[in-house]
Amino acid sequence: MRTSRLGSALLYLLITVVCVAMLIPFVLVFFGAFKTQGEFTANPGAWLPESFGNFANFATLFERGFGQYFLNGVIVSALVVAGNLVFSSLAGYTLAKLHFRGRGFVFALVLATMMVPIVAIFVPQFMVAVQLGLVDTLFGIALPMLVLPIAVFVVRQFAHSIPEDLMEAARLDGAGELRIFGQIFLPLLAPALATVSVLTFLASWNAFIWPLVMAQSQSTYTLPVGLAVAAQANRTTEFGVLLAGAVVVLLPVLVLFLFLQKYFVQGIAATGLK
Amino acid sequence: MTSSTLTRGETRTSRLPAGDARSHGRRGARPRQSLVAWIFLVPTLIVVGLFTVVPGLFALAFSFTDIGLRDIRDPLQVEVVGTENFTALLANPDFLRSIGNTVLFVVIGVPLTIGIGLALAILLGSGIRRLRPVFRAAIYLPVIANIVAASVIWKYALTYEGPVNEALAAIGVAGPNWLGDPAWGVTSVILLTVWRNVGTAMVLFLAGLQAVPEEVYEAAAIDGAGPWRRIVHMTLPLLRPTTLLVTVLITVMYMNIFEEPYLLTGGGPLDSTRSISLWVYQQFGYGNIAASMAGSFVLILLVAVVSVVQFRMLRPKH
Repeated sequence: MRTSRLGSALLYLLITVVCVAMLIPFVLVFFGAFKTQGEFTANPGAWLPESFGNFANFATLFERGFGQYFLNGVIVSALVVAGNLVFSSLAGYTLAKLHFRGRGFVFALVLATMMVPIVAIFVPQFMVAVQLGLVDTLFGIALPMLVLPIAVFVVRQFAHSIPEDLMEAARLDGAGELRIFGQIFLPLLAPALATVSVLTFLASWNAFIWPLVMAQSQSTYTLPVGLAVAAQANRTTEFGVLLAGAVVVLLPVLVLFLFLQKYFVQGIAATGLK
Repeated sequence: MTSSTLTRGETRTSRLPAGDARSHGRRGARPRQSLVAWIFLVPTLIVVGLFTVVPGLFALAFSFTDIGLRDIRDPLQVEVVGTENFTALLANPDFLRSIGNTVLFVVIGVPLTIGIGLALAILLGSGIRRLRPVFRAAIYLPVIANIVAASVIWKYALTYEGPVNEALAAIGVAGPNWLGDPAWGVTSVILLTVWRNVGTAMVLFLAGLQAVPEEVYEAAAIDGAGPWRRIVHMTLPLLRPTTLLVTVLITVMYMNIFEEPYLLTGGGPLDSTRSISLWVYQQFGYGNIAASMAGSFVLILLVAVVSVVQFRMLRPKH
């Protein structure tokens, strides 16, 4: 679209203002994490900390068990990513490439999982977890996320672009279905699997309501749960410690985003284009 | 994201459901493949069955019982009470208030999110070329930010004497009591939600824009249509399918709004930000399980009705 030079300058000004506004919270959290409680009390409106060398807030986090929460989050995310790489790949492949009665029904079920808000069904979900004896375990937190609909969609979408002839040829050669999946389909799926890893890591790392309901003791808290509990527990609001906690939660995702941006965006597009 | 993958996805999705069913009927299911397919789907069926199908049926069934906190561990002890929970619900001023609050979030938040997302997509899709990935990343970043972390930051930023009001004071504006005044509390929750969701809307619209062939614009430019006219008469009509999708997605998001008010305002001040979801969650906390389940059932029903109505209103006219 051709626009005048002045118009173009105005557009750039506008988009820059919008972007700066969007980024303000990220700036504030990194500034605030280095402030002492005294600084918050003395000058609550100041943006910059007196020193960026003050790591006391992070030390406090560790004393309060955030190291454990971090580790728990890593374990849950590892389980979820691994589960989806195997199970969602299988499901996505099956729903795209195998012919069987009930395919549409299964796909609708997976879709429904995406549409029903967790707030609406977490109580009965919790009842199921109770019956399975999974309450207050990391595996129980990970289990409902082991097959995420978004991962199934990404694989299914990608599988459609792989020609069926390849598999038919292998079938004629007498290859078993598992072999066709593992040796022909999986290697071709590599780019989609990168997207699946990134998306499922993001979903599990950021998961909040389910872990909040399932984690009954600090030994199974994940970072968002630990941070939310800390935020609600203290009446005096120690912003320094809380903001340092926010940094710890955000940092892995931000670093990942910096390097793997295209996979994040691809994932959102896949949700939209289902 | 390349434009080719998106275009491919787009056309495919629009054709898939019908085409799929037909090719199915023609070729029919193959017995050997059927067996393998179901074996491959076992993990999916277990997870979906245990954590969507069964809980969904439970939610429906237990809404008509007197289920309490103790019954969660031993659900067979409940008694059927018919529609009692629902009549109680509709007579509950707090619940009705939460419906009103949610409607307010939807009515203000949805157009804001979609409008800004669309404007940014058009801006990044056509006017802005240099630094486009940087701008896109900045707008998208809040989408991937953890909501607990984001709420902690916003809570700090919006304290009465906090950094935002300090910045406003610097330009001569007296900042409001963001989290202490009911009207500003609602505003704060909506701002946080818009901030978190605008990137999603933008990326979806950008994907929709890329599906529009470049030649269409060139032809219009040759015909002498100015940028504004091209947006109104070409871009917007061509984006109709995307707009439908984004509207439904974002509306469902706002109808279910939970984390933002729960973490930022706790439903206050003076209950002004307590959404339906938050009410449902709080009832669970108080041990009113039956009321909580009936409330979530009403919410699911409302979401389903609104989605269907939107699909009917916005789908392409023949």
